[in-house]
Amino acid sequence: MTTAAQAPTFPAEVVRWREQFESFRTGLPEAEPEWLRTLRSTGIGAFEELGFPTTRLEDWRHTSVAPIARTEFLRPPASATVADLAVLDTIDFGHAFARRQLVFVNGRYAPDLSSAGTTDGLHVRSLREVLDREPQLVHPYLDRQASGPGRPFAALNAAFLSDGAFISVPEGSVLTEPIHVVFLSAPGSQPTASHPRVLVWAGRKSQAAIIESYGGTSDAVYLTNAVTEITLEDGAVIDHYRLQRESARAFHVGTLCATQGRASRFASHAVSLGASLSRVDIRQVFAGEGGECVLNGLFLGSDRQHTDTHTWVDHAEPHCTTRELYKGIVDDKARGVFVGRILVRPGAQKTDAIQSNKNLILSREALVDSLPQLEILADDVKCKHGSTTGQLDPLALFYLRSRGIGEEAARALLTYAFASDVVQRIGIEALRTGLTEHLQRRLPGPADMKEAAV
Amino acid sequence: MLEVKDLHASVGGNKILRGVNLSVPAGEVHAIMGPNGSGKSTLAHVLAGRPGYEVTKGEVRYKGKDLLAMSPEERAREGVFLAFQYPVEISGVSNVYFLKAAANAIRKHRGQPELDAIDFLALVKEKAKVVDIDESLIKRPVNEGFSGGEKKRNEIFQMAVLDPALAILDETDSGLDIDALRIVAAGVNQLRSPERAMVLVTHYQRLLDYIVPDVVHVLLDGRIVKSGGKDLALELEKKGYEWLEAPAGSR
Repeated sequence: MTTAAQAPTFPAEVVRWREQFESFRTGLPEAEPEWLRTLRSTGIGAFEELGFPTTRLEDWRHTSVAPIARTEFLRPPASATVADLAVLDTIDFGHAFARRQLVFVNGRYAPDLSSAGTTDGLHVRSLREVLDREPQLVHPYLDRQASGPGRPFAALNAAFLSDGAFISVPEGSVLTEPIHVVFLSAPGSQPTASHPRVLVWAGRKSQAAIIESYGGTSDAVYLTNAVTEITLEDGAVIDHYRLQRESARAFHVGTLCATQGRASRFASHAVSLGASLSRVDIRQVFAGEGGECVLNGLFLGSDRQHTDTHTWVDHAEPHCTTRELYKGIVDDKARGVFVGRILVRPGAQKTDAIQSNKNLILSREALVDSLPQLEILADDVKCKHGSTTGQLDPLALFYLRSRGIGEEAARALLTYAFASDVVQRIGIEALRTGLTEHLQRRLPGPADMKEAAV
Repeated sequence: MLEVKDLHASVGGNKILRGVNLSVPAGEVHAIMGPNGSGKSTLAHVLAGRPGYEVTKGEVRYKGKDLLAMSPEERAREGVFLAFQYPVEISGVSNVYFLKAAANAIRKHRGQPELDAIDFLALVKEKAKVVDIDESLIKRPVNEGFSGGEKKRNEIFQMAVLDPALAILDETDSGLDIDALRIVAAGVNQLRSPERAMVLVTHYQRLLDYIVPDVVHVLLDGRIVKSGGKDLALELEKKGYEWLEAPAGSR
């Protein structure tokens, strides 16, 4: 009988990631602080323990990540070709979202394409550069929200943490221009994976708008496993836009975490258009009273796309407000998943939360699973949720046709109109316009009818 | 203008219309009265071509053409207009653009040049006066958040813009207070013309105080059982519908 501890054996796909981690680790700068190394080893350790989630787990019941688990992803090439970079011109639909942008190619900062800088206490920088020169700036915030039990992809992101965006808005500072962070994947002939990290700190009573765009070169198979962590100090206002336009064969897994201080306002607009398989988890926590959280989302699925969004809103403090609206449109054999959980903890009195999920099914074989969940553990609250999934309203179609509008045009008009109330909530005009034009091209039907949408 | 002959129709397998005969010449206003469930609204929707309203027998000629062979949009382009009892709210579609698209679809069908945005807005301004509709309503999403009276005004406003040859008004008075009723009725009266036929579907005589019909028909159990002048409406108001014999074999 042996008393020596048995080394645990992990599945082959997990071992592969451990091997890649070991090789990745040897290439890291020697001067890195100890806490950062620990953060990574904790990440890979947690991933090894968890492995890839299966559909037996409640959080993954509707989404199988088996295609991600079985694909052998390499570390991506260090740079992209000029041809790959052409994608950058289309990622904002030809409408420049912002004058200030940080561009990352294959997870690495691309200084030539970016306008990083530090002015008057505002940092818009590459995370790699901050880790190399001023790691103490990010230490109090990095990975304080994303990692947690049962989050294998966030753990994997922590393991491979190396680069991304760092945005720090000083107290009282109001940014009039949005900041655009672009993650472009341009893998070679083999599938590759990148694990970008975005860290945002918004000081007391500061205001900023941040757009995160994800895209890639066509036909490429790759995995983007992104994590964003946002800290809003008291009274801060952050408008966050997440635009997922990965290429058709890509996998996209994203985690967005936000912690809100007293009387802060966080608005998230998440638009999922691309990838063959995408999963986005949005986790928000009220850490002070009187906060306001807005979650708007739109997902489009066609062909065999699978698009999954999970949102968690944690009313841990009283007097906070949540307004959530998610809409999905699925066509062909696409599948959409929306799971929205709002937790009102004991003592979170005067919570005011409304959640709505509406889905439009355009074909017989498309499908949406919608699971709104309210868990209320306080007694003096106003909460409601609703979910509808269906086809275009036949009476609305008849109404339009009875005025002389042809059936095809009427369908196009109603489909676009369904999406438009989420689009119209977008506060950045260039993004709103670009997205409107994109939807007009992508949704079925004659484009000229869709101009009617308000 | 409109010739309905022995029209039978079912909705969801239920026979609603059981042999309607009706003739409405251009320039006339005909009222169709009847109790709830008599088939009034079904007749209105069948004439407009609502999917699911199945015609099982009979024919409808409109300007000499086979109306039942046309899609709803073709009927509209040929000049048929249905003012809905319950106008549909369509969020995300602007009233004014929807109406411009409709007006231009109809103009194109008639071989008229399409209106550009400026000409169309001028038309809208002129027609808005007919029912005294607020211009801010015109720019809002179709019927969304409109009061009952605003929705009905919007229907008559659309009718004024689209300039139909045959207007079918389904329970246009329902849900209107007396002031709104006066405005809507005045709007309808302005649109009376020798070239236009109108069919008013109504439960109550009240509307007919303001829009005086040329002919009143009583629809009972899916058939027109009595027709007469405007005095028939007053008689119905006084005596109800019970005195009119139900047509043989209908129950």
